[in-house]
Amino acid sequence: MALRALANGKTLGRLYHQQIRGLQTFSLPDLAYDYGALEPAISGEIMQLHHQKHHQTYITNYNKALEQLDDAIAKGDASTAVKLQSAIKFNGGGHVNHSIFWKNLAPTREGGGEPPHGSLGWAIDQHYGSMEKLIAKMNAEGAAVQGSGWVWLAVDKELKRLVVETTANQDPLVTKGASLVPLVGIDVWEHAYYLQYKNVRPDYLNNIWKVINWKYASEVYAKECP
Amino acid sequence: MASVTTIVSQLTSSAFLPATEFCRLSQSLLHWSQMQGPGIDLKPPPYALDALEPHMSKDTLEYHWGKHHRGYVNNLKKQIEGTELDGMSLENIILASYNKGDVLPAFNNAAQVWNHDFFWESMKPGGGGKPSGELLELINRDFGSFESLIKEFTIAATTQFGSGWAWLVYNDKKLEVVKSPNAINPLVLGYHPLLTIDVWEHAYYLDFKNLRADYISTFLDKLVSWDAVSSRLEAAKVLE
Repeated sequence: MALRALANGKTLGRLYHQQIRGLQTFSLPDLAYDYGALEPAISGEIMQLHHQKHHQTYITNYNKALEQLDDAIAKGDASTAVKLQSAIKFNGGGHVNHSIFWKNLAPTREGGGEPPHGSLGWAIDQHYGSMEKLIAKMNAEGAAVQGSGWVWLAVDKELKRLVVETTANQDPLVTKGASLVPLVGIDVWEHAYYLQYKNVRPDYLNNIWKVINWKYASEVYAKECP
Repeated sequence: MASVTTIVSQLTSSAFLPATEFCRLSQSLLHWSQMQGPGIDLKPPPYALDALEPHMSKDTLEYHWGKHHRGYVNNLKKQIEGTELDGMSLENIILASYNKGDVLPAFNNAAQVWNHDFFWESMKPGGGGKPSGELLELINRDFGSFESLIKEFTIAATTQFGSGWAWLVYNDKKLEVVKSPNAINPLVLGYHPLLTIDVWEHAYYLDFKNLRADYISTFLDKLVSWDAVSSRLEAAKVLE
């Protein structure tokens, strides 16, 4: 009886249900640096919009979609559950990708742009010949992405090999291979560069390497390839 | 060929031709010039680059038309030079390179050239308002009301994830709203496009930043040329 009274208020009912199922919602991660700290490579204006508006919107919509999915699953509503998959991929993918992206960047005075030493540096030289050649390849593939997407340096954790890959829209890297672990991702959606670089995506790509956080990439690599 | 280009560019700079006349004339000229198999050119919008202010800035037009659209034209010309696509009309290049969905390299540039031509002509200074005549009748018939069309078109434009376009089309004697990703357009589905809005971020980022919804409502309230949509509907009915 008391339970029904609780469940009558839709929100209360859902909260109760979510408590039982442990539905976790997501919130915007903080950046480890100020919005303006990546200048002149990426403007403070872009960083603020990108973080506070674009990433936040993905999170808000992801949480909404998860709530709706939770409801649909509880009710055994398979067609709604399936219909929600694209919203989950878009928005969940957006959250996953941007969370990685903020860690991929660092101000130059905190090591941004400094090439990796150690095992990742060696693997890059082995596989691509040099850092310059890797950068040229990623810039070419990033520039060639039609519409919106990402270009990635990844490690295949099964094959222990470095891979350069692109994804469309907010598809997470694993959609290109279940064993791919992202090391460096570069957002080539127009919102990532337009206010500063306008249509000249290649200029954005050339400049972003000055603030790429190879320390983080090296840590991830070392974990997969000890 | 040269005389066709001159007539079109004279018309676009003329202040004297009423919008509906211009649209009808440019449609038939386009049709004629396609029969002649013209080269690919960057057509200017049918208004000055600052004419859509304050709803779409001169800055946006300068980049969107002057860089993006121009880039698609120049890249397409380079791509088709010396190939079998060279000398074909733009619409035929699109259909040939669409290749039933297994797109060939020229498709992206060709479709984007066409899409942007169509987009500029979908707007006019002092646009917005309501459609009338037969167009309004069909809207009421197929959507229930003008407000309902606006709602559906807005939803399509808002929910086209990533880059793409939203369209009003005429298909099987009915009006429909569709959306498409990246460069895809309804020509490849055999539909007759009547109206489009570009929802690639470059179309609105300078003026609206992330606020795509505000851009869409401004487009519908202040920019859309229902005259152009009516002319296109007239042309499409002849073909169906």
